[in-house]
Parts: sequence; structure tokens; C-alpha cells
Amino acid sequence: MYKATVNITLRKSILDPQGKAAHNALKNLGLNEVNQVRIGKLIELDIDADNKEEAHKVAETACSKLLANEVMEDFEIEIHEN
Amino acid sequence: MSATFGVIVFPGSNCDHDAYHAMAHVMNAETKFLWHKDTDLSDIDFLLIPGGFSYGDYLRSGAIARFSPIMQSVIDFAEKGRPVLGICNGFQILLEAGLLPGAMLHNKDLRFVCKQTHLRCETSDTLFTRNIEEDSVLQIPVAHGEGNYFTDKDQLKKLQDNDQIVFRYCDSQGNVTDEANFNGSVDNIAGICNTQRNILGMMPHPERAVEELIGSDDGKLIFESVLNELAVA
Repeated sequence: MYKATVNITLRKSILDPQGKAAHNALKNLGLNEVNQVRIGKLIELDIDADNKEEAHKVAETACSKLLANEVMEDFEIEIHEN
Repeated sequence: MSATFGVIVFPGSNCDHDAYHAMAHVMNAETKFLWHKDTDLSDIDFLLIPGGFSYGDYLRSGAIARFSPIMQSVIDFAEKGRPVLGICNGFQILLEAGLLPGAMLHNKDLRFVCKQTHLRCETSDTLFTRNIEEDSVLQIPVAHGEGNYFTDKDQLKKLQDNDQIVFRYCDSQGNVTDEANFNGSVDNIAGICNTQRNILGMMPHPERAVEELIGSDDGKLIFESVLNELAVA
């Protein structure tokens, strides 16, 4: 029915050591144009729902109750029709 | 009447037998393993959530374990003011379950760190530290990749104001320094308790510090405190 794409990233105020390590490696590759790297997670959900709004609600509940930890993470949801 | 200790076993727990050994063979206390699907804690006086990699650390450390059937019983048990100790992954589970505030980030240098550490005991006013003098230094080992305790400024202030910070990483002299803060935790935090002071979460492993032969027996002080507390209750 609907596909939700969830992007989870560390909150902006939190140092992302994985991103920093990858950034340093990119600099070693000579890619000095890259100013910052932040690494997060992408989660896809297939959702049965009657409409987009409902699918969004389901995804939001899934994120706030389990998929993301809002003490340290932000999430963004995109809903696509399948 | 002697106290009964319960050690919860999740799929992926791997410090459960260390905890059992410490409680049953060193502290000589009645000790039981509890499977994560058990829900009856009526004969348990003290709950220990051991370290390891529950559910393979999938999603986030402790995130899946907190939905195990036993966790609702753990919450009820804790609300009655009974002692709950979460060690390492057990601490992460308590955070994910909302029984303690905050979250765990990857260690600041991304390394898994396994070594002896020094901890300063910041308060004797918990069920777990009554036998430990404030400002005294314990030597207890750590073994974790995600022990970088994080909380925002407002919550940190609450922890400080309510005297909820129980252990902080320090040097051997008890100085709380940046060098001693190997994982990058906010305010050098190694362990915190709830406002009721009956739940303790700590990253270092006291169950691995109960015999001089393997480096230190300072961890016994924590278990002795709880045993004494239960004996007089």
C-alpha cells in the first residue's frame, strides 16, 4: 500500500564520531570539497493504511516508540504510494 | 530470611554467568536465572540485568530487549522500590526502557574498550552504595563500545541537583579528569540512579571485580551494600 522511508540521524548537537572518521578518510582521498559527514540509518516500512496521512501516523508511532531514540536521534519520514 | 537474587537472561546476554558466579559463589546468596519470557518475580528480592549483546544490539543497544515480556514485571518490581541493578548492556536496557534518563552513544574514539577503570563513588545514598564511602575510589573493569553516556543540559542538571550521579570515571587518586573519561561520557558519568534511588545503571562490571585473584574485589562492596540493605529490611 504505502512505503515509508525513515531517515534517522544523530541530533545536530551531538558529535558523530563515525561521520568524523569517514570525513577524515574522504580528506585523505583528496575530496576536500566535503565539509561535513553525518552518518545515520535508513529504515523502510511497508504499511497497510487507507491513506497517506494514516500511513504517516503509523510510521511516526513506530519511530517514536522504537525505531529512533529521541534523546539522541532525529527522524524524518517520507511516504510513497506503492 | 535470606535474600534471593535474580539474574535476567536475554538472548545475547553474555555476562549472566559472571553475575551468577559473583552472587551465588562469592556472595553466597541464593541466586536464580530468569529467562526474558518469565514474568513472575514474586520470589525475587534483587534483580540484576547483566551485560552482553541482547538481541545482537540490533537497532540500538538495549532497544529490543526492553520489549521482552519480563520488562513489564521489572518496571512493576522497580516501582515498588525494590533494587534493580543494570550493568553495561543492562544499563542500556534500563535507559531504553525509560527507567533511567539519557542514552548511550558510541565511545568517542569508536573503539571497544576493555580495561580496568577507576570510579569515584559520588554518593552513599543508594541501596547499592551504603557500604561505600563517598569520594572513595573503586577499581572496576569496563568492556563496551557504546558507553558514552549522553543527556541534555537540563537533564544533566537534574541528575546533579538530585544527587543521582553515583559513579564517575576518575584517575587512581580520585581526580575526575578528561583523561580518565575514555569514552566521552557527559560529566564523566559511569553510573546513575533514579530519583527513588533503588535503580542503578552502570557501565563498569562489578561482577567481574569480586576476587583479588583477577585484579580487584571492589565490586563486592556494591553487592554487600544490597545484601545488608535486604537483611535489615
